[in-house]
Amino acid sequence: MHNLSIAQLINQLQTKAVSSRELTQHFLNRIAQLDPGYNSFVTVTAEQALAQADAADARLAQGNAPDLCGLPMAHKDIFCTQGVRTSCGSKMLDNFIPPYSATIVENYAAAGVVMLGKTNMDEFAMGSSNETSYYGPVKNPWATHCVPGGSSGGSAACVAARLAPAATASDTGGSIRQPASLCGISGLKPTYGRISRWGMIAFASSLDQAGLMARSAEDIALLLNTLTSFDAKDSTCVDHPIPDYRADLTKPLNGLRIGVPVEYFGEGLHAGTAAAVDAALKHYESLGARLVSISLPHSSLSVPAYYVIAPAECSANLSRFDGVRYGYRCKDPQDLEDLYRRSRAEGFGDEVKRRILIGSYVLSAGFYDAYYSQAQKARRLIQQDFVSAFQQVDIILGPTSPSPAFEFGSKGQDPVAMYLEDIYTIATNLAGLPGMSIPCGLVDGKPVGLQLIGNYFAESLMLNVAHQYQLGTDFHTLAPAAIS
Amino acid sequence: MEWETVIGLEVHVQLATKSKIFSGSSTAFGAEPNTQACAIDLAMPGTLPVANAEAFRMAVLFGLGINAKINQHSVFERKNYFYPDLPKGYQTTQLAEPIVGPGFLEIETAQGVKQVRIHHAHLEEDAGKSLHEDFHGMSGIDLNRAGTPLIEVVSEPDMRNAEEAVAFAKKLHALVTALEICDGEMSQGSMRFDVNISVRPKGQEKLGTRTETKNLNSFKFMDEAIELEVERQISVLESGGVITQETRLYNGDTKKARSMRSKEDSNDYRYFPCPDLLPVVLDDAYIEAVRQQMPELPAAKAVRYQTSFGLPAYDAGILSADSTTARYFETAAAASGQPKLAANWVIGEVSAQLNRHEISLQNCPVSADQLGGILQRIADNTITAKSGKTVFDALWQGEGQTADEIIAAKGLQVVSDTGALEKIIDDIIAANSAQVESYRAAPDDKKAKMLGFFTGQAMKASKGQANPQQLNAILLAKLQ
Repeated sequence: MHNLSIAQLINQLQTKAVSSRELTQHFLNRIAQLDPGYNSFVTVTAEQALAQADAADARLAQGNAPDLCGLPMAHKDIFCTQGVRTSCGSKMLDNFIPPYSATIVENYAAAGVVMLGKTNMDEFAMGSSNETSYYGPVKNPWATHCVPGGSSGGSAACVAARLAPAATASDTGGSIRQPASLCGISGLKPTYGRISRWGMIAFASSLDQAGLMARSAEDIALLLNTLTSFDAKDSTCVDHPIPDYRADLTKPLNGLRIGVPVEYFGEGLHAGTAAAVDAALKHYESLGARLVSISLPHSSLSVPAYYVIAPAECSANLSRFDGVRYGYRCKDPQDLEDLYRRSRAEGFGDEVKRRILIGSYVLSAGFYDAYYSQAQKARRLIQQDFVSAFQQVDIILGPTSPSPAFEFGSKGQDPVAMYLEDIYTIATNLAGLPGMSIPCGLVDGKPVGLQLIGNYFAESLMLNVAHQYQLGTDFHTLAPAAIS
Repeated sequence: MEWETVIGLEVHVQLATKSKIFSGSSTAFGAEPNTQACAIDLAMPGTLPVANAEAFRMAVLFGLGINAKINQHSVFERKNYFYPDLPKGYQTTQLAEPIVGPGFLEIETAQGVKQVRIHHAHLEEDAGKSLHEDFHGMSGIDLNRAGTPLIEVVSEPDMRNAEEAVAFAKKLHALVTALEICDGEMSQGSMRFDVNISVRPKGQEKLGTRTETKNLNSFKFMDEAIELEVERQISVLESGGVITQETRLYNGDTKKARSMRSKEDSNDYRYFPCPDLLPVVLDDAYIEAVRQQMPELPAAKAVRYQTSFGLPAYDAGILSADSTTARYFETAAAASGQPKLAANWVIGEVSAQLNRHEISLQNCPVSADQLGGILQRIADNTITAKSGKTVFDALWQGEGQTADEIIAAKGLQVVSDTGALEKIIDDIIAANSAQVESYRAAPDDKKAKMLGFFTGQAMKASKGQANPQQLNAILLAKLQ
C-alpha cells in the first residue's frame, strides 16, 4: 500500500477500496516500526491522525468529499499546528504548543488530509544535513551513515522510506530541493509569494517558502492546489490566479527550450552527479526539447549574498525567543539581562547562534553599507541574470547539489563547506523563483537530483517537464534496499 | 553672558484607529492587562503583520494638515533592541523613507506669528507597558498597548523658549484632535512629548550639546521641565562644566529631573527594511481622496466663527482650538439658534463648572443639546439668565433630561402675568412709602439709580421669575 502513488491512493479512498483509517494505521505502523532507524519524525500524532481518518471516512461515505480526503501526510515541524507541539527543531521551542495553525496546515485539514506527525529538521531550518536538530540527526534511508540533507531532512527521509506518501517542507536556500536530491524523491519550492507563510516559523522572511515533497511530480501536482491559496494574513502572499496544477502534466515537450547554465557545471561538481544530469539532459533532447547553453554570470555571488541577507533577517526574526512569553526560559534568572543571556545561550544551538552573530554584525553601524547594502545589490544582479535567461529559454536545468549524500560529521567542522551544499539552489531563493528537484540517477548507490528552475509562477510547466521525464524513467520509483 | 535656548520636539501621537497597526486587536484604552493582545501582538512564532490602511489614511491627513510633502513610497524598517514590553525584539517603524516629509506649523508668539518646521513624521507601532508596582521584586508586562499605531512627529530645533515649545505642542494637539486622528487624551498617553534642549551663547551659530527629556504628558510639565533644564544647563556651563548628551526624565510631582542614560549606553539599533511588509505606494488619487476628507481646521474654524457668528477673535480662538469644544459649541449654538449666547456659556459657565469638578468637556454631564435647550428658553424669555444657571446645575446633577422638564418641575418660568406683577408692585409701594416719597422728589438723573431698590424688592418677591422688562415698565408707571 505504501508503494502506491498518490493518484492510486486517492482512487482507492474515493472508491472505498481502502478506508482512511486502514491507510493511516498502515503508515503509523510503518513509522512505529521503521522510524527509530531514521529519526525522521519529531512528533507522531497517532491518536489525532486516527480521529482525523475516521472523520475523513465519514465524509467519504457521504460522497462529494474533496479529492485528497483521507490521504495521510506529514508536516515539517516548522509549521504551527494548533494543539500539537511545534519545535522547529530547537530546544527553544521544545515546550511550544501553538494556539493556531499555519494556513497550509489548515488548508490540508479542511481538505480532509490526515496529519501523521511533525517531521524532524535542522534547528530553525538552518543547516544542510539535519545535524543541527535538537532532536538528533535524521538518517538517510539510502545509507544510514549519511545525511539526508537539510533542513527538511525529516520530510525527505520519511517520504523516501515510505513512512508517508508526502510531506510539507520549506525552502530558504535549498531546504526542499537538496534533501529531495539526497533522498531520491521529488520536491518543489514554489515561487516566493505563491504559498502563505502564515504560521511557518520564520528563518529569513524574504527567502522562506513552503513547498512539498513526494515521490513524483504527479504526486506533487495532486497536492499543490490545496497548498496554494491567497492569504491576506501574509502581506507578501501574491493574489495571482491559481491554475489546476494537474492540467498540463501530459503536454508534450516538443520545442521546449531548456537553459543549461555553464556556471552550474564547473569545479566542485561530483563527476557522478554531472554524468547523471547530462544523461537527463539527453533524455529531454529525445523528448523533443532543445538545450540552450546559457550564462548566469553572477552565480558566484549567490552564496556570499545569501549568507549576509539570511543571517541579517534571522537575527531579527529570532529576537522574539527571549524567554519572556513562551518557549525555553533558563532556570532562576537573576535579572533581566541574565534571563535574556542564558535563555538564548541555552535554548539555541551553535549554528543558530553563529547566524544570529553574523546577522547582527552585518547590520551593525559602520558595516551595514559594506555588507547588507552590497548583498542586496548582488541579489538584484542575480535576479536580473534569471530575467535575461528566461527571455531565451522556458526552463533551466542543472544539478540540485554538488554531490550525493555525505557522511555524518564530514562537514561539521567547516561551516563554509556546508554552506556550499546549496551553491546551485540559493540563487532561486534570492531571485524568488520556483525550483524543483527530481531523482535522476544513483551514484555509488545513493540518489542524485536534477534541478528545474522555472520562471515566476511557472509551477505548472515545471511539473509538466518533471512528469514527462518520470514517464520515461524509473529513478523516482526506486526505493532504498532496506525498505522494499 | 546672555544665553539662547534651542528646543526641538519629538512627539508620539497615538492614532485613533479601532484596531492596531499590524493586527486586528482593539486599541481601546483601559482594558484589563493583556486582554487586547493577540498572537501577532505577542510575537508568537510564525505570525505576520498586515498593515492597517486606516493608520495610513490618518498619517496622510496629518501630513496634509502640516502642509507637508506626502512620500508616495514609504518603507517599514525593524529597529532592533531587547526589552520585555517589545515582544518581537524589534519595533516596526520607518526611518529612511517615512510617510510624511518636511512640513510646518505656525504658532503665535510675543513677536508675532512664527513658523516651526517639521522635519518629518513617520508611522510606527507602540510598545507594551512594563508594570513595576504590584509585583514584589518582579515586573509585570501588559501588551495591550503593543502595536497601537503612532505617528512620531519630529520638529526642527526652531523653538527658543518654553513658551514657544508649549505653543507648538498645543497647536499640534489642536491639529490632531481637529483631524480626529488622535483623542488628545494626554493623561492616558495619547500624546507624549520628548523635548530636545540645548543652550548656546547668544549670537553663536553652532548648537550646544543637547539633552532629551522624555515622555512629558502635559503642557504644564513640559513648561516646567524646559525651564528647569535650561536653568541647569546654563548653570553647568557658567560654572565651567560641560553638558553631556543624555536622556533625562522629569518628575512632575517632585518637580525634579534625573539622568536616565547617557549617549555611551545607547543601542545600535541595526535598522533594516522589514521583509514581512512590502513598501507602501500611495498614488495621487488616494492622496486626493484623503484631501477631500480633510475636516475644517482650527484656523479656518476661528475665521468662520467670527464672520458667520460675529464672535470676537478671542472667543473664536478658544472655541475652535480643539474639536471637542468646537463640536460642543456648534451643537449648542445650532440647538438654540443663539451662537453668541452659546459662546458665552461655553467659555463661561460650562468651563467654570468643568474646572471646579476637574473633568473634561468630553465627560460633561450636560450635553450640548441640553445646553442648547437652556439657551433657547433664555432667548425667548421663558426664563431669566439667572434661572438658566439653576437649570444647568439641575441637569448637571441629573435631575432631568431636558431644560423644559427642569423649568416646569422647578416652576422657573418668568412671571409675565401683568395682574400678578401689579399686585406685587402695589404691595411694595404700600410697604415703602418713605422710599416712594424720596424717589418722587428726586431729580430725574438720580431716579434711575433709585429705581434699583424697587426692582430688587419686586424680583425678590417674584422669586426671580418676573419678566424684567415688564416689571420695569409697570414700576415706572406706578411711581410717576
